[in-house]
Amino acid sequence: MSSEWPLWEVFIRGQHGLNHRHVGSLHAPDAELAIRHARDVYTRRNEGVSIWVVPSAQITASAPSEKGPLFEPANDKVYRHPTFYDIPDEVGHM
Amino acid sequence: MYAQMVKSEATDEDPAKLAAFQARIDAGERIEPKDWMPEGYRKTLIRQIGQHAHSEIVGQLPEGNWITRAPTLERKAILLAKVQDEAGHGLYLYCAAETLGISRDELTEQLLSGKMKYSSIFNYPTLSWADIGAVGWLVDGAAIMNQVPLQRTSFGPYSRAMIRICKEESFHQRQGYDLIRKMAEGTPEQKAMAQDALNRFWYPSLMMFGPSDKDSVHSTQSMAWKIKINTNDELRQKFVDQTVPQAEFLGLTIPDEHLKWNEDKGGYDFSEPDWNEFYEVLKGNGPCNADRMEARTRAWRDGEWVRDGLMAHARKQTSRRVAAE
Repeated sequence: MSSEWPLWEVFIRGQHGLNHRHVGSLHAPDAELAIRHARDVYTRRNEGVSIWVVPSAQITASAPSEKGPLFEPANDKVYRHPTFYDIPDEVGHM
Repeated sequence: MYAQMVKSEATDEDPAKLAAFQARIDAGERIEPKDWMPEGYRKTLIRQIGQHAHSEIVGQLPEGNWITRAPTLERKAILLAKVQDEAGHGLYLYCAAETLGISRDELTEQLLSGKMKYSSIFNYPTLSWADIGAVGWLVDGAAIMNQVPLQRTSFGPYSRAMIRICKEESFHQRQGYDLIRKMAEGTPEQKAMAQDALNRFWYPSLMMFGPSDKDSVHSTQSMAWKIKINTNDELRQKFVDQTVPQAEFLGLTIPDEHLKWNEDKGGYDFSEPDWNEFYEVLKGNGPCNADRMEARTRAWRDGEWVRDGLMAHARKQTSRRVAAE
Protein backbone atom coordinates (compact mmCIF):
# COMPACT_ATOMS: atom_id res chain seq x y z
CA MET A 1 0.00 0.00 0.00
CA SER A 2 1.25 3.44 -0.92
CA SER A 3 2.36 5.51 2.03
CA GLU A 4 1.57 8.85 0.35
CA TRP A 5 -1.56 10.80 -0.38
CA PRO A 6 -2.34 11.08 -4.08
CA LEU A 7 -1.10 14.03 -6.14
CA TRP A 8 -3.46 16.80 -7.31
CA GLU A 9 -2.95 19.45 -9.99
CA VAL A 10 -4.00 22.94 -8.90
CA PHE A 11 -5.55 25.63 -11.10
CA ILE A 12 -6.17 29.17 -9.85
CA ARG A 13 -8.35 31.89 -11.34
CA GLY A 14 -6.32 35.02 -10.69
CA GLN A 15 -9.09 37.55 -11.29
CA HIS A 16 -12.74 37.58 -12.15
CA GLY A 17 -13.25 36.69 -15.78
CA LEU A 18 -9.87 35.07 -16.43
CA ASN A 19 -9.24 31.41 -17.17
CA HIS A 20 -8.05 29.15 -14.37
CA ARG A 21 -4.30 28.64 -14.86
CA HIS A 22 -2.18 25.75 -13.76
CA VAL A 23 0.00 26.82 -10.85
CA GLY A 24 1.46 23.54 -9.55
CA SER A 25 0.55 20.41 -7.64
CA LEU A 26 0.26 19.09 -4.10
CA HIS A 27 -0.62 15.98 -2.10
CA ALA A 28 -4.00 15.56 -0.41
CA PRO A 29 -6.18 12.65 0.67
CA ASP A 30 -9.30 13.90 -1.16
CA ALA A 31 -10.68 16.74 -3.28
CA GLU A 32 -11.97 18.80 -0.40
CA LEU A 33 -8.64 18.78 1.41
CA ALA A 34 -6.81 19.38 -1.86
CA ILE A 35 -8.73 22.67 -2.17
CA ARG A 36 -7.86 23.64 1.41
CA HIS A 37 -4.22 22.79 0.89
CA ALA A 38 -4.16 24.67 -2.39
CA ARG A 39 -5.53 27.70 -0.57
CA ASP A 40 -2.64 27.47 1.92
CA VAL A 41 0.10 26.58 -0.56
CA TYR A 42 -0.78 28.71 -3.57
CA THR A 43 -2.88 31.70 -2.48
CA ARG A 44 -1.17 33.07 0.63
CA ARG A 45 -0.85 36.45 -1.10
CA ASN A 46 -4.37 36.72 -2.35
CA GLU A 47 -3.47 35.29 -5.76
CA GLY A 48 -6.89 34.03 -6.67
CA VAL A 49 -10.67 34.16 -6.61
CA SER A 50 -11.28 30.50 -7.39
CA ILE A 51 -9.45 27.15 -7.20
CA TRP A 52 -9.81 23.96 -9.24
CA VAL A 53 -8.13 20.71 -8.28
CA VAL A 54 -7.84 17.62 -10.50
CA PRO A 55 -6.24 14.27 -9.56
CA SER A 56 -2.89 14.22 -11.39
CA ALA A 57 -3.61 10.66 -12.50
CA GLN A 58 -6.58 12.01 -14.46
CA ILE A 59 -4.45 14.30 -16.64
CA THR A 60 -3.73 12.94 -20.09
CA ALA A 61 -0.85 14.75 -21.76
CA SER A 62 0.45 14.68 -25.31
CA ALA A 63 3.83 12.98 -25.65
CA PRO A 64 6.76 15.42 -26.01
CA SER A 65 8.06 13.25 -28.89
CA GLU A 66 4.84 13.97 -30.81
CA LYS A 67 5.42 17.71 -30.82
CA GLY A 68 6.38 17.69 -34.50
CA PRO A 69 3.43 15.72 -35.91
CA LEU A 70 0.99 17.62 -33.67
CA PHE A 71 2.05 21.20 -34.21
CA GLU A 72 4.18 21.46 -37.33
CA PRO A 73 1.23 21.28 -39.74
CA ALA A 74 0.24 24.79 -38.54
CA ASN A 75 3.63 26.24 -39.53
CA ASP A 76 3.03 26.45 -43.27
CA LYS A 77 -0.42 28.03 -42.91
CA VAL A 78 0.74 31.62 -42.58
CA TYR A 79 -2.49 32.77 -44.19
CA ARG A 80 -4.28 32.08 -40.88
CA HIS A 81 -2.58 35.17 -39.44
CA PRO A 82 -4.05 38.63 -40.04
CA THR A 83 -0.62 40.03 -40.91
CA PHE A 84 -0.54 37.85 -44.04
CA TYR A 85 -2.88 40.37 -45.69
CA ASP A 86 -1.66 43.75 -46.76
CA ILE A 87 -4.26 46.31 -45.64
CA PRO A 88 -3.53 49.91 -46.68
CA ASP A 89 -3.23 52.39 -43.80
CA GLU A 90 -5.88 54.63 -45.37
CA VAL A 91 -8.71 52.16 -44.68
CA GLY A 92 -8.08 52.14 -40.94
CA HIS A 93 -7.74 49.35 -38.43
CA MET A 94 -9.11 45.97 -39.43
CA MET B 1 -24.37 40.81 -34.80
CA TYR B 2 -24.71 37.08 -34.57
CA ALA B 3 -27.46 37.21 -31.98
CA GLN B 4 -30.50 39.21 -32.98
CA MET B 5 -33.74 39.87 -31.17
CA VAL B 6 -32.83 37.71 -28.21
CA LYS B 7 -35.86 37.83 -25.96
CA SER B 8 -35.03 38.61 -22.34
CA GLU B 9 -36.73 36.30 -19.86
CA ALA B 10 -38.56 37.76 -16.93
CA THR B 11 -37.37 36.70 -13.55
CA ASP B 12 -39.30 36.43 -10.29
CA GLU B 13 -36.91 35.51 -7.57
CA ASP B 14 -35.98 36.69 -4.11
CA PRO B 15 -35.44 40.47 -4.47
CA ALA B 16 -32.47 40.40 -2.05
CA LYS B 17 -30.73 37.74 -4.15
CA LEU B 18 -31.49 39.64 -7.34
CA ALA B 19 -30.08 42.86 -5.88
CA ALA B 20 -26.89 41.10 -4.75
CA PHE B 21 -26.54 39.54 -8.20
CA GLN B 22 -27.01 42.90 -9.92
CA ALA B 23 -24.45 44.46 -7.57
CA ARG B 24 -21.89 41.86 -8.65
CA ILE B 25 -22.53 42.68 -12.30
CA ASP B 26 -22.38 46.41 -11.65
CA ALA B 27 -19.04 45.93 -9.91
CA GLY B 28 -17.70 44.33 -13.09
CA GLU B 29 -17.44 40.85 -11.62
CA ARG B 30 -17.90 37.84 -13.88
CA ILE B 31 -20.63 35.33 -13.21
CA GLU B 32 -19.36 31.74 -13.38
CA PRO B 33 -21.45 28.62 -14.09
CA LYS B 34 -21.66 27.43 -10.46
CA ASP B 35 -22.65 30.85 -9.09
CA TRP B 36 -26.26 31.58 -8.24
CA MET B 37 -27.99 33.36 -11.12
CA PRO B 38 -31.58 34.39 -11.85
CA GLU B 39 -33.47 31.91 -14.01
CA GLY B 40 -34.13 34.68 -16.54
CA TYR B 41 -30.41 35.41 -16.86
CA ARG B 42 -29.67 31.73 -17.46
CA LYS B 43 -32.43 31.30 -20.05
CA THR B 44 -31.61 34.51 -21.89
CA LEU B 45 -27.95 33.54 -22.10
CA ILE B 46 -28.75 30.05 -23.38
CA ARG B 47 -30.84 31.67 -26.09
CA GLN B 48 -28.19 34.23 -27.00
CA ILE B 49 -25.11 31.98 -26.88
CA GLY B 50 -27.04 29.20 -28.62
CA GLN B 51 -28.12 31.53 -31.40
CA HIS B 52 -24.57 32.78 -31.70
CA ALA B 53 -23.25 29.19 -31.93
CA HIS B 54 -25.86 28.21 -34.53
CA SER B 55 -24.87 31.27 -36.57
CA GLU B 56 -21.24 30.16 -36.65
CA ILE B 57 -22.23 26.72 -37.90
CA VAL B 58 -24.90 27.81 -40.41
CA GLY B 59 -22.49 30.57 -41.50
CA GLN B 60 -20.22 27.88 -42.93
CA LEU B 61 -22.80 27.07 -45.61
CA PRO B 62 -22.71 30.23 -47.80
CA GLU B 63 -18.89 30.22 -47.76
CA GLY B 64 -18.49 26.46 -48.08
CA ASN B 65 -20.49 26.89 -51.28
CA TRP B 66 -17.35 28.36 -52.94
CA ILE B 67 -14.54 26.14 -51.59
CA THR B 68 -14.48 23.88 -54.65
CA ARG B 69 -14.65 26.87 -57.00
CA ALA B 70 -12.02 29.15 -55.47
CA PRO B 71 -9.98 30.66 -58.31
CA THR B 72 -6.53 29.70 -56.97
CA LEU B 73 -5.09 27.09 -54.64
CA GLU B 74 -4.05 29.85 -52.24
CA ARG B 75 -7.57 31.31 -52.07
CA LYS B 76 -8.94 27.80 -51.58
CA ALA B 77 -6.58 27.14 -48.64
CA ILE B 78 -7.54 30.51 -47.11
CA LEU B 79 -11.26 29.87 -47.47
CA LEU B 80 -10.92 26.35 -46.04
CA ALA B 81 -9.02 27.76 -43.04
CA LYS B 82 -11.69 30.41 -42.55
CA VAL B 83 -14.59 27.95 -42.70
CA GLN B 84 -12.67 25.67 -40.32
CA ASP B 85 -12.38 28.60 -37.87
CA GLU B 86 -16.16 29.09 -38.00
CA ALA B 87 -16.64 25.47 -36.96
CA GLY B 88 -14.21 26.10 -34.10
CA HIS B 89 -16.11 29.22 -33.04
CA GLY B 90 -19.32 27.21 -33.00
CA LEU B 91 -17.68 24.66 -30.71
CA TYR B 92 -16.37 27.28 -28.25
CA LEU B 93 -19.85 28.75 -28.04
CA TYR B 94 -21.77 25.48 -27.72
CA CYS B 95 -19.43 24.58 -24.83
CA ALA B 96 -20.09 27.96 -23.19
CA ALA B 97 -23.86 27.37 -23.50
CA GLU B 98 -23.49 23.85 -22.09
CA THR B 99 -22.09 25.27 -18.82
CA LEU B 100 -25.61 26.69 -18.28
CA GLY B 101 -27.18 23.23 -18.14
CA ILE B 102 -28.34 22.52 -21.66
CA SER B 103 -26.88 19.74 -23.82
CA ARG B 104 -25.40 20.06 -27.30
CA ASP B 105 -28.11 17.74 -28.66
CA GLU B 106 -30.88 19.85 -27.12
CA LEU B 107 -29.42 22.98 -28.70
CA THR B 108 -29.27 21.32 -32.11
CA GLU B 109 -32.79 19.96 -31.79
CA GLN B 110 -34.10 23.42 -30.87
CA LEU B 111 -32.47 24.86 -33.98
CA LEU B 112 -33.95 22.17 -36.20
CA SER B 113 -37.44 22.54 -34.69
CA GLY B 114 -37.31 26.29 -35.32
CA LYS B 115 -37.39 27.14 -31.61
CA MET B 116 -33.93 28.70 -31.83
CA LYS B 117 -32.65 30.98 -34.58
CA TYR B 118 -29.41 31.88 -36.30
CA SER B 119 -28.44 35.27 -37.74
CA SER B 120 -30.63 36.54 -40.58
CA ILE B 121 -27.55 37.28 -42.70
CA PHE B 122 -26.94 33.62 -43.57
CA ASN B 123 -30.24 33.41 -45.38
CA TYR B 124 -28.75 35.33 -48.29
CA PRO B 125 -27.01 33.49 -51.13
CA THR B 126 -23.36 33.80 -52.23
CA LEU B 127 -23.85 34.13 -55.97
CA SER B 128 -20.36 35.07 -57.14
CA TRP B 129 -16.76 34.79 -55.96
CA ALA B 130 -16.84 38.48 -55.02
CA ASP B 131 -19.51 37.61 -52.43
CA ILE B 132 -16.87 35.67 -50.50
CA GLY B 133 -14.94 38.93 -50.23
CA ALA B 134 -18.07 40.83 -49.20
CA VAL B 135 -18.89 38.26 -46.52
CA GLY B 136 -15.43 38.56 -44.93
CA TRP B 137 -15.30 42.33 -45.22
CA LEU B 138 -18.89 43.24 -44.27
CA VAL B 139 -20.43 40.28 -42.46
CA ASP B 140 -17.36 39.47 -40.37
CA GLY B 141 -16.77 43.21 -39.99
CA ALA B 142 -20.26 43.61 -38.51
CA ALA B 143 -19.78 40.52 -36.33
CA ILE B 144 -16.51 41.93 -34.95
CA MET B 145 -18.27 45.20 -34.13
CA ASN B 146 -20.64 43.21 -31.94
CA GLN B 147 -18.20 40.70 -30.54
CA VAL B 148 -15.46 43.07 -29.37
CA PRO B 149 -17.63 44.61 -26.60
CA LEU B 150 -18.98 41.14 -25.71
CA GLN B 151 -15.48 40.24 -24.51
CA ARG B 152 -16.56 42.22 -21.42
CA THR B 153 -19.91 40.46 -21.04
CA SER B 154 -20.85 39.40 -17.50
CA PHE B 155 -20.90 35.62 -18.05
CA GLY B 156 -17.35 34.27 -17.71
CA PRO B 157 -17.43 31.37 -20.22
CA TYR B 158 -19.11 33.57 -22.87
CA SER B 159 -16.63 36.37 -22.31
CA ARG B 160 -13.66 34.01 -22.61
CA ALA B 161 -15.07 32.40 -25.76
CA MET B 162 -15.45 35.91 -27.24
CA ILE B 163 -11.82 36.72 -26.46
CA ARG B 164 -10.63 33.64 -28.36
CA ILE B 165 -13.00 34.34 -31.23
CA CYS B 166 -12.04 38.01 -31.60
CA LYS B 167 -8.39 37.05 -31.84
CA GLU B 168 -9.23 34.90 -34.84
CA GLU B 169 -11.75 37.19 -36.53
CA SER B 170 -9.24 39.75 -37.74
CA PHE B 171 -7.91 37.23 -40.27
CA HIS B 172 -11.46 36.69 -41.51
CA GLN B 173 -12.18 40.32 -42.21
CA ARG B 174 -8.79 41.04 -43.72
CA GLN B 175 -8.85 38.11 -46.12
CA GLY B 176 -12.29 39.30 -47.26
CA TYR B 177 -11.13 42.85 -47.83
CA ASP B 178 -8.00 41.62 -49.59
CA LEU B 179 -10.13 39.43 -51.86
CA ILE B 180 -12.63 42.13 -52.81
CA ARG B 181 -9.79 44.62 -53.28
CA LYS B 182 -8.18 42.30 -55.85
CA MET B 183 -11.46 42.28 -57.73
CA ALA B 184 -12.08 46.02 -57.37
CA GLU B 185 -8.62 46.66 -58.82
CA GLY B 186 -9.10 44.05 -61.57
CA THR B 187 -10.87 44.15 -64.94
CA PRO B 188 -14.07 46.21 -65.33
CA GLU B 189 -16.02 42.95 -65.16
CA GLN B 190 -14.34 42.00 -61.89
CA LYS B 191 -14.95 45.44 -60.45
CA ALA B 192 -18.61 45.17 -61.45
CA MET B 193 -18.82 41.86 -59.57
CA ALA B 194 -17.33 43.51 -56.47
CA GLN B 195 -19.86 46.37 -56.72
CA ASP B 196 -22.71 43.91 -57.17
CA ALA B 197 -21.61 41.99 -54.07
CA LEU B 198 -21.52 45.22 -52.05
CA ASN B 199 -24.95 46.18 -53.38
CA ARG B 200 -26.48 42.90 -52.25
CA PHE B 201 -24.71 42.57 -48.89
CA TRP B 202 -24.88 46.17 -47.66
CA TYR B 203 -28.39 46.27 -46.21
CA PRO B 204 -28.44 42.67 -44.95
CA SER B 205 -25.19 43.55 -43.09
CA LEU B 206 -26.87 46.59 -41.49
CA MET B 207 -29.72 44.28 -40.40
CA MET B 208 -27.26 42.11 -38.48
CA PHE B 209 -27.33 44.64 -35.63
CA GLY B 210 -31.05 44.10 -35.12
CA PRO B 211 -33.94 46.57 -35.27
CA SER B 212 -33.63 50.23 -34.39
CA ASP B 213 -33.38 51.00 -30.67
CA LYS B 214 -36.83 52.58 -30.69
CA ASP B 215 -38.28 49.21 -31.79
CA SER B 216 -35.96 46.94 -29.89
CA VAL B 217 -37.99 45.49 -27.05
CA HIS B 218 -35.41 43.19 -25.50
CA SER B 219 -32.54 45.52 -24.76
CA THR B 220 -33.10 46.99 -21.30
CA GLN B 221 -32.84 43.86 -19.17
CA SER B 222 -30.00 42.42 -21.27
CA MET B 223 -28.05 45.64 -20.96
CA ALA B 224 -28.55 45.74 -17.18
CA TRP B 225 -27.21 42.18 -17.04
CA LYS B 226 -24.30 43.12 -19.35
CA ILE B 227 -25.30 40.40 -21.79
CA LYS B 228 -25.62 43.20 -24.29
CA ILE B 229 -23.15 46.07 -24.06
CA ASN B 230 -24.11 48.57 -26.78
CA THR B 231 -27.41 49.38 -28.40
CA ASN B 232 -28.18 48.18 -31.92
CA ASP B 233 -28.09 51.71 -33.34
CA GLU B 234 -24.75 52.56 -31.71
CA LEU B 235 -23.08 49.54 -33.25
CA ARG B 236 -24.72 50.08 -36.64
CA GLN B 237 -23.47 53.68 -36.70
CA LYS B 238 -19.94 52.57 -35.82
CA PHE B 239 -20.03 49.97 -38.55
CA VAL B 240 -21.14 52.47 -41.19
CA ASP B 241 -18.52 55.01 -40.12
CA GLN B 242 -15.80 52.40 -40.32
CA THR B 243 -16.92 50.84 -43.61
CA VAL B 244 -17.58 53.89 -45.79
CA PRO B 245 -13.88 54.91 -46.10
CA GLN B 246 -13.00 51.29 -46.82
CA ALA B 247 -15.47 51.23 -49.73
CA GLU B 248 -14.16 54.59 -50.97
CA PHE B 249 -10.61 53.25 -51.02
CA LEU B 250 -11.80 50.42 -53.26
CA GLY B 251 -13.57 52.84 -55.58
CA LEU B 252 -16.87 51.13 -54.79
CA THR B 253 -20.14 52.94 -54.06
CA ILE B 254 -22.27 52.23 -50.99
CA PRO B 255 -25.77 51.64 -52.42
CA ASP B 256 -27.40 54.45 -50.44
CA GLU B 257 -28.17 57.78 -52.09
CA HIS B 258 -28.84 59.35 -48.68
CA LEU B 259 -25.42 58.48 -47.30
CA LYS B 260 -23.87 61.74 -46.16
CA TRP B 261 -21.25 62.86 -43.64
CA ASN B 262 -22.86 64.68 -40.74
CA GLU B 263 -20.35 67.04 -39.18
CA ASP B 264 -22.47 67.68 -36.07
CA LYS B 265 -22.68 64.08 -34.97
CA GLY B 266 -19.27 63.19 -36.37
CA GLY B 267 -20.70 60.25 -38.29
CA TYR B 268 -22.57 59.39 -41.46
CA ASP B 269 -26.29 59.76 -41.98
CA PHE B 270 -27.54 56.68 -43.80
CA SER B 271 -30.73 54.92 -44.88
CA GLU B 272 -32.20 52.23 -42.68
CA PRO B 273 -32.56 48.79 -44.18
CA ASP B 274 -36.01 47.54 -45.14
CA TRP B 275 -37.21 46.20 -41.78
CA ASN B 276 -40.12 44.36 -43.37
CA GLU B 277 -37.58 42.31 -45.27
CA PHE B 278 -35.72 41.65 -42.00
CA TYR B 279 -38.84 40.37 -40.25
CA GLU B 280 -39.77 38.25 -43.28
CA VAL B 281 -36.30 36.66 -43.26
CA LEU B 282 -36.61 35.96 -39.51
CA LYS B 283 -39.98 34.34 -40.15
CA GLY B 284 -38.32 31.95 -42.58
CA ASN B 285 -39.10 33.70 -45.85
CA GLY B 286 -35.59 34.79 -46.87
CA PRO B 287 -33.99 33.56 -50.10
CA CYS B 288 -32.09 30.68 -48.44
CA ASN B 289 -33.90 29.84 -45.18
CA ALA B 290 -35.28 26.58 -46.53
CA ASP B 291 -31.89 25.54 -47.99
CA ARG B 292 -30.02 26.27 -44.78
CA MET B 293 -32.45 24.36 -42.58
CA GLU B 294 -32.55 21.52 -45.06
CA ALA B 295 -28.74 21.28 -44.98
CA ARG B 296 -28.64 21.28 -41.16
CA THR B 297 -31.48 18.76 -40.88
CA ARG B 298 -29.86 16.46 -43.44
CA ALA B 299 -26.49 16.64 -41.68
CA TRP B 300 -28.15 15.78 -38.38
CA ARG B 301 -30.22 12.93 -39.82
CA ASP B 302 -27.47 11.46 -42.00
CA GLY B 303 -24.98 11.68 -39.15
CA GLU B 304 -27.17 9.79 -36.68
CA TRP B 305 -25.58 6.39 -37.36
CA VAL B 306 -22.13 7.92 -36.87
CA ARG B 307 -23.12 9.45 -33.53
CA ASP B 308 -24.66 6.12 -32.45
CA GLY B 309 -21.46 4.32 -33.49
CA LEU B 310 -19.28 6.74 -31.54
CA MET B 311 -21.37 6.26 -28.40
CA ALA B 312 -21.34 2.45 -28.81
CA HIS B 313 -17.54 2.57 -29.14
CA ALA B 314 -17.22 4.77 -26.04
CA ARG B 315 -19.41 2.38 -24.02
CA LYS B 316 -17.37 -0.61 -25.18
CA GLN B 317 -14.08 1.06 -24.24
CA THR B 318 -15.43 1.99 -20.80
CA SER B 319 -16.66 -1.51 -20.06
CA ARG B 320 -13.31 -2.97 -21.18
CA ARG B 321 -11.46 -0.59 -18.89
CA VAL B 322 -13.73 -1.44 -15.98
CA ALA B 323 -13.24 -5.17 -16.65
CA ALA B 324 -9.46 -4.71 -16.71
CA GLU B 325 -9.37 -2.90 -13.37
